[in-house]
Amino acid sequence: MAHGPAKGITRWLYTTNHKDIGSMYLWFSFAMFFLGGIFALVIRAELFQPGLQIVEPNFFNQMTTMHGLIMVFGAVMPAFVGLANWMIPMMVGAPDMALPRMNNWSFWILPFAFMMLVSTLFMEGGAPNFGWTFYAPLSTTYAPPSVTFFIFAVHIMGASSIMGAINIIATILNMRAPGMTLMKMPLFVWTWLITAYLLIAVMPVLAGVVTMMLMDIHFGTSFFDAAGGGDPVLFQHVFWFFGHPEVYIMILPAFGIVSAIIPTFARKPLFGYSSMVYATASIAFLSFIVWAHHMFTVGMPIAGELFFMYATMLIAVPTGVKVFNWVATMFRGAMTFETPMLFAVAFVILFTIGGFSGLMLAIAPADFQYHDTYFVVAHFHYVLVPGAIFSITAAVYYWLPKWCGHMYNETMGKAHFWLAFIGLNLTFFPMHFAGLAGMPRRIPDYHMMFADWNMLSSMGAFLFGGAQVLFLYIVVSTILKGKKATAEVWENPEGLEWTVPSPAPYHTFSTPPEVK
Amino acid sequence: MNRLLPENPVAALSIKLGVWAVGMFVFALWIMPPMYDAFCEITGLNGKTGDRYEVTSAEVDTSRTIKVQFVATNNQGMPWEFAPEVRTVEVHPGEQTRVNFEAFNPTEQKMVGQAIPSLVPYKASSYFHKTECFCFDQQHLEAGEGAELPMFFIVDRDLPQQIHTITLSYTLFDVTDRFEDGEDNVASVTQ
Repeated sequence: MAHGPAKGITRWLYTTNHKDIGSMYLWFSFAMFFLGGIFALVIRAELFQPGLQIVEPNFFNQMTTMHGLIMVFGAVMPAFVGLANWMIPMMVGAPDMALPRMNNWSFWILPFAFMMLVSTLFMEGGAPNFGWTFYAPLSTTYAPPSVTFFIFAVHIMGASSIMGAINIIATILNMRAPGMTLMKMPLFVWTWLITAYLLIAVMPVLAGVVTMMLMDIHFGTSFFDAAGGGDPVLFQHVFWFFGHPEVYIMILPAFGIVSAIIPTFARKPLFGYSSMVYATASIAFLSFIVWAHHMFTVGMPIAGELFFMYATMLIAVPTGVKVFNWVATMFRGAMTFETPMLFAVAFVILFTIGGFSGLMLAIAPADFQYHDTYFVVAHFHYVLVPGAIFSITAAVYYWLPKWCGHMYNETMGKAHFWLAFIGLNLTFFPMHFAGLAGMPRRIPDYHMMFADWNMLSSMGAFLFGGAQVLFLYIVVSTILKGKKATAEVWENPEGLEWTVPSPAPYHTFSTPPEVK
Repeated sequence: MNRLLPENPVAALSIKLGVWAVGMFVFALWIMPPMYDAFCEITGLNGKTGDRYEVTSAEVDTSRTIKVQFVATNNQGMPWEFAPEVRTVEVHPGEQTRVNFEAFNPTEQKMVGQAIPSLVPYKASSYFHKTECFCFDQQHLEAGEGAELPMFFIVDRDLPQQIHTITLSYTLFDVTDRFEDGEDNVASVTQ
């Protein structure tokens, strides 16, 4: 392996190495995580007390919109793609991704997409202010002029995701080491394979819906304009046909990460491997037939309400299979609680809470009460923050020693965990109560009766934000001056990635490993 | 198909996946909206009422009386005065009835309006037929001009038994920008 990384900035601009691209994805998503986090703190600062103190209502709306868009498309999705880039070739024993040049391209168009999106904040009329779900006609007839930049930014993000997904499927299906049959693949690879198929199926639908908006705004069509024979409800159907699979795109890879971490620290093989695979596939299939549970209140026939209600509740079955499998893996295991395990266990507990509030929302008649309240905000933050963010954090602690060859400081890692855990629950748990009491989402001001819960939420949010600054410090200090890590890092972890030295050499598995 | 694909399995798979992605885009943009419209028309979902109806039979079912209510609303920013002449009529299924709506343009410029119907209960949508309606076309009103807008309808004799009241709502949209030149060139606008 004489061939090492190139020197200087061109190493990063021209690289086709999956580890370099993986690192760039991860750093990019980390940066976006902080930017989206700052937007969230603006929201929470304004909501600290009733009344308007800090920002104008229109700017508040821009903040909720940009927070959602940046976190979904800038932080969570690129972080998972970064992990896929780093880990999938090493996990299946491949020398690199199947399409390395396209890999470079799918990363490098992302910063431009987000520069374009963020630049709308400085434009005449301000950034998009119609919520991350950009319902028409708010996002068409009543949108600020910057909406066109938003549309093109979404197009570029979509192109990046589709290319990334094609690359991942091609790698998994064509580049596995001899003997690595599909049912021997680590679950992270399995969940990503299914996620990639979801991406290819729905990112074009997102591109389609923003294209329809573009045509309505600039070319005189009326897809969503009732005056011209269109229908704004069509927007919601098309959007959520993308949007529901999208939320599973943000959680399935997390299932894979947790399924890698829990067996290592419970010192037992994963319970029910094949049921995990089938459960993941079932969840992916169901995600295509439940979209209208986001729109129970638009006026659906009772048959529609019932269908989407039961189909949604059905998702609890495969998800329950997974949760029970994780619990069974831990049952009577010789458990230790290093930082990755703490985050993984918190994932299982808190994601389950988020799942239960999801079941409550799935009850169509009850949803009329919960719809567009803070209960919904609490629900999806309980699945996304402990779901996606905690699993990504767990993955970073788990594999960082492999990536950089240094061990993080366990005490600091645990401190990060407890600050984040307390901050998260303090932020989002009170939102359940505010929501059940009737506080609507996406408002800069609220009734006095919600003041206490909101004050707690805001304090929790700043604690959670501070915990992430500590996380940044831990990652940087580990890379710069952490203790040397061994090749195995943990005690008998499973997987090919632990058979290569730490840090993983620039090129791994140039000759395929043997898989028993 | 297989002869079209390259030998290299990675390239072949990538092309297939790329074709799938393009296919989903086409599906979202050109297949989903017409499918949605067709679905709404068949089920009457969203209270979408059908196009011009050709009378097939003149039989009137005098054993039932249906109350039909009319609602007229202006979309945001539409300055016209717009209202039905009567709020409620009682009709027998099968009988053709005329109801006039009145529109008046109080502004100082020529404007174009388009009325969009919506009907509840949605199950009645496919049993409510319009033989003639101002909502099939745009309305052009000069500054200060008023007009009487006729609508002829028939409630189908097959209207489900449990329905006794039908509410028809019109929302009036300002479409002056769209039809500034005054042409009625929009076959795409139905209802």
